[in-house]
Amino acid sequence: MKVKLLDIAHGRSGDKGDAANIGIIAYNMNGYEIIKKHLTADKVKKHFEGICFGEVERYELPNLMALNFVLHNTLGGGGTVSLKHDAQGKTLAAALLRMELEV
Amino acid sequence: MKEKIRIASGQGFWGDLVDAPFYQVTSGPIDYLVMDYLAEVTMSILQKQKNKNPNLGYAKDIPDLMRKILPITKEKNIKIITNGGGVNPEACADAVLKVAKEIGLANLKVAVVLGDNIIDKIDELISSGYYLNNMETSEPITKIRDKLLSANVYFGAFPIVEALKLGAEIVITGRTTDTGLTLAPMIYEFNWDKTDYDLLAAGTVAGHILECGGQASGGNLLADWKSVENLAEIGFPIAEAYPNGDVIITKHENLGGKVSFETVAEQLVYEIGDPMKYITPDCIADFTSIKLEEIAPNKVKVFNVKGKPETEFYKVSCSYFDGYSAVGTLTYSWPEALTKAKAADEILRKRLEKLNLKFDEIRTEFVGYNSCHGPLSVKIDEEKINEIMLRVAVRSHDYNAVERFGKEIAPLILTGPPSVTGFAGGRPKPNEVVAYWPALIPKKLVEPKVKLITT
Repeated sequence: MKVKLLDIAHGRSGDKGDAANIGIIAYNMNGYEIIKKHLTADKVKKHFEGICFGEVERYELPNLMALNFVLHNTLGGGGTVSLKHDAQGKTLAAALLRMELEV
Repeated sequence: MKEKIRIASGQGFWGDLVDAPFYQVTSGPIDYLVMDYLAEVTMSILQKQKNKNPNLGYAKDIPDLMRKILPITKEKNIKIITNGGGVNPEACADAVLKVAKEIGLANLKVAVVLGDNIIDKIDELISSGYYLNNMETSEPITKIRDKLLSANVYFGAFPIVEALKLGAEIVITGRTTDTGLTLAPMIYEFNWDKTDYDLLAAGTVAGHILECGGQASGGNLLADWKSVENLAEIGFPIAEAYPNGDVIITKHENLGGKVSFETVAEQLVYEIGDPMKYITPDCIADFTSIKLEEIAPNKVKVFNVKGKPETEFYKVSCSYFDGYSAVGTLTYSWPEALTKAKAADEILRKRLEKLNLKFDEIRTEFVGYNSCHGPLSVKIDEEKINEIMLRVAVRSHDYNAVERFGKEIAPLILTGPPSVTGFAGGRPKPNEVVAYWPALIPKKLVEPKVKLITT
């Protein structure tokens, strides 16, 4: 079965230097179990092919039903240097919610 | 000891809603107003302003804001804490005291926190063997020494606590952590100790929730943003803090916005790395220990926060000059808007190439098509696209190259694809690029100083 991330989670993204951080929060524990199992760092890295050029770190926050991803080498040199329209990665959480998970 | 204190967030960055602090002090009871003005890039902008005029270098909105709110905060005994002193907290305090005098406020006690600005000590540090290696690349600061614009240490809550102990009604700091502004009054009011790590972490978490202003009370909410009532009059978040470290995040009832599990959770995950190690000068907070509970409408209890001892280092935020950039835009309309914008980009690039200019990077984005999500953007049937904005940005250490790029955009209107508009703003001008250099410095090498000034 395919699950659209947008239907089971929300989140927020921002910048840490040239890395973007994306926090993804499930709406309930059922959703958290799904993202915990299926939303791997590898899948996120592949999803952001052409945007994220570094490693992707994944952290679990079960207390918030959330995962935090740090996407290195993603913002074109960091907020003040980057030529990107979205230089601080503010829309990347929404971009991740485009993903569909096979569960 | 007070049974609880209410700390209100008044600004999330320099440029935030100008009147938010006014609504925070007038719409209901609060004890403290905390205002975060500083982003990494803000420090270098302020340093540039100070270089031109030694009386500047702080958030210039502050004197006008004080004119409006000081009579109220004085009457209600609300204390104000802000890092808007930027690179010149003393000049900021002088400006505030001048305003107090003008409006006839006597005996106003303003404290400044100094010592975070280490730009004048860099050479001494380098010769002592402290190279302020870049935390991301490990390179020594000698690499960019001659281009350095600012260097500021992030202080924590304790210098502010000292200021409050001296009786300050307003505390103006330079580069203090955003979280320290909120943690400080809790330490002061509840007599928390430097080793009460769980409590310090609880206050730090509250500070993280408050530091981005309305972003914790319904602003920029990805979860069901349409459910947030009256964003036009959004109430900024308020932390109701208790001596045991419990905090209730709320807002003034008569203002708009929303405080819920979702709004607080989104702010908690904002700009964090390893959630088990949220490092500040005061403690290391563990975000995986935090518990959230909606206890009433617009009331979220934050509790069970665990903390660990602080590190031996301060973070230093340096900025340096790194060339020039410019951004040019043109708008192409239906039919074939995207095809035309792509063609214009190719023509522009050919012309730039022929000029043999040196650019570090040229970046093209099509706003309305792929500028936010890049290659993830869905392909759209071009017949359905009404218009596309071509956005081309360049970066170079050669000023002339960037300036010439600015001169090559407008000619596309008469010498490129048709149905093009959107050039009212004139030629794009080269902007100085300020790059960021994060480093660590042993705490023993830096000493915060607190100074109390009274009218």
